[in-house]
Amino acid sequence: MTDRFLGAACVIAAACMAWTAYGYAAAFSYEPVGPRAFPMLLASLLATGGLWLIAKPAPDAGQYTSVPLKLVALCIGAIFLYAFGFEKVGFPIATALLMVPVGIAFGGSALKSLAVGAVMGLLLYFMFDRLLDVMLPAGWLAPILLGL
Amino acid sequence: MDTLGHLMTGFGVAFTPMNLLVAALGSLIGTIVGLLPGLGPINGVAILMPVAFAMKLPPETSLILLAAVYIGCEYGGRISSILLNVPGDAGAIMTALDGYPMARKGMGGVALSISAWSSFVGSVVATVGIVLFAPLLARWALSFGPAEYFALMCFAFACIAGLMGEAPIKAGIAAVIGLSMACVGLDSNSGVYRFTGGDVHLSDGIQFVVVVIGVFSISEILLMLESHHGAAGLITNTGRKMFNMQELRYTWWGTMRSSVVGFIVGVLPGAGATIASAMTYTMEKRLTDKEGSFGQGDIRGVAAPEAANNSAATGSFVPMLTLGVPGSGTTAVMVGALALYNITPGPALFTQQPTLVWGFIASLFLANVMLLLMNIPMAGVFTRMLSVPLWVLAPGILAVSAVGVYAVHATTFDLVLMVALGVMAYLLRKQGVPMAPLILGFVLGDLMEQNLRRALSITNGDAGILVESPISIGLWVCAVLMLVVPPLMRAYGRRSAQAPAA
Repeated sequence: MTDRFLGAACVIAAACMAWTAYGYAAAFSYEPVGPRAFPMLLASLLATGGLWLIAKPAPDAGQYTSVPLKLVALCIGAIFLYAFGFEKVGFPIATALLMVPVGIAFGGSALKSLAVGAVMGLLLYFMFDRLLDVMLPAGWLAPILLGL
Repeated sequence: MDTLGHLMTGFGVAFTPMNLLVAALGSLIGTIVGLLPGLGPINGVAILMPVAFAMKLPPETSLILLAAVYIGCEYGGRISSILLNVPGDAGAIMTALDGYPMARKGMGGVALSISAWSSFVGSVVATVGIVLFAPLLARWALSFGPAEYFALMCFAFACIAGLMGEAPIKAGIAAVIGLSMACVGLDSNSGVYRFTGGDVHLSDGIQFVVVVIGVFSISEILLMLESHHGAAGLITNTGRKMFNMQELRYTWWGTMRSSVVGFIVGVLPGAGATIASAMTYTMEKRLTDKEGSFGQGDIRGVAAPEAANNSAATGSFVPMLTLGVPGSGTTAVMVGALALYNITPGPALFTQQPTLVWGFIASLFLANVMLLLMNIPMAGVFTRMLSVPLWVLAPGILAVSAVGVYAVHATTFDLVLMVALGVMAYLLRKQGVPMAPLILGFVLGDLMEQNLRRALSITNGDAGILVESPISIGLWVCAVLMLVVPPLMRAYGRRSAQAPAA
């Protein structure tokens, strides 16, 4: 059943690709194969693969029975927020805040996670930004950190 | 003698203090990443690659770092196999079969030291193999035209689809998704922007780092949510630390045989450490196991697969260095790392960047010596890493991954794209779609399209050129065989397995 779903997703993606790529044409062309051919070839391969899966799906292996759905959703949400807030909030605080939901999802306690997260955020910030010369955003802590 | 001279230059590069330090650090990190269940070489290399680039390490230094991590993982994977019965990485699955029973008999120390030794032998044999064969292959590959390259890449995909997965169709889909993602951005031949949706952030294409981290770090964390491995079954009483001369002699030929087989398997695209160790374990069992003691803690069953997975990992550098076509996910990531430095691996690399290539090869020797010295006495220290709780480790990995992605362009867009790709990869992996072909497709996408277009430009659009030269015909035939034979053999094996039951 789920293989069919994947197959259908592939076919739809292939259709979108072909739809978009159809308009690609070079203004001036010096070569027989333009920018359209390769994406079109790929779209047709993807559609073929998708149709194959729809026609001959493998039996469900029960790989979804053990998925802790709530925890996965919690983690995905947390990582998305982390990505959006990374620059604005700054690396140290964002990392400390990320630590709480992800730490809980992996079986830690909220308070311990926050404590470890705060230490880890600062430690990694100083290691990368100061020691290894990898620029990181200081964000809300900028007035303090940039003065150091 | 030419080779020897180059190798000397290489050692000159490898012995600079910076490169020595980096090789040692990479070996250490690699061993730790390798022994942590759930994290394999590809995750380690993926997470460190952008960090190395952001630290502005010169290309040879960061290649040395990544290679040391890769080889280190193959050393580290065996530790958790032997002491915990949970393979630290995929290549170490076979090691658990005899290693864990050995550890339960109180011979854990012997199993650890003999496997460190055979890992070392495997790596050194394979590195010698690189020195001997890589320059030859590179010289031959210089005669490849665009048509041959296109056929070669198709062959690589066929290998990876035929050998890696139970489901070649899914591997094919993964490869096509990777190739399609490589199409995003400016088409350099015509100046057309493709699949960017009008977004400036995508006009340059999807950043390689973003894809790799999303696919191998974010999705890995989500998968880890399902399997909390504690250090519960850890065997701490390891007994005698060193193997003795008798054990060394007992395993010597098996180790050598497995090293050579592992190297050959490793050179083939698609087949990697996992296949090599499984193959040699079965081979040794057939050849030497007359008492039926394999599986009950036979020391030969520990030495053989460990030698093979290390020599296969090292051997997989051959197609990457000489042809520029990586044969595994991990080497594909390394090709992408070189691309960050505007270096395209391929046959010309040996003549244009000799210090890079030979410095890298010499560092492989050095890193292996370091790994051997590190791994025999420090096995106990490494096992303590297994008790770092996942709730500390997982967010730590996420933070370092985000640092790597942010370091390249410093945009929120890349971070969000990383998470989105990670979620997509998670869903695909849950459905059994392998990720190695995807990353291979993404790395090769541009090269493949360019070569196809160049080949067709030569004949003004006649596709006949693709099957003109004997080399490309040979490659096409091999590609078809790779796609057809393994499924047939599997079907045949299944039928003969059912026959006695019926």
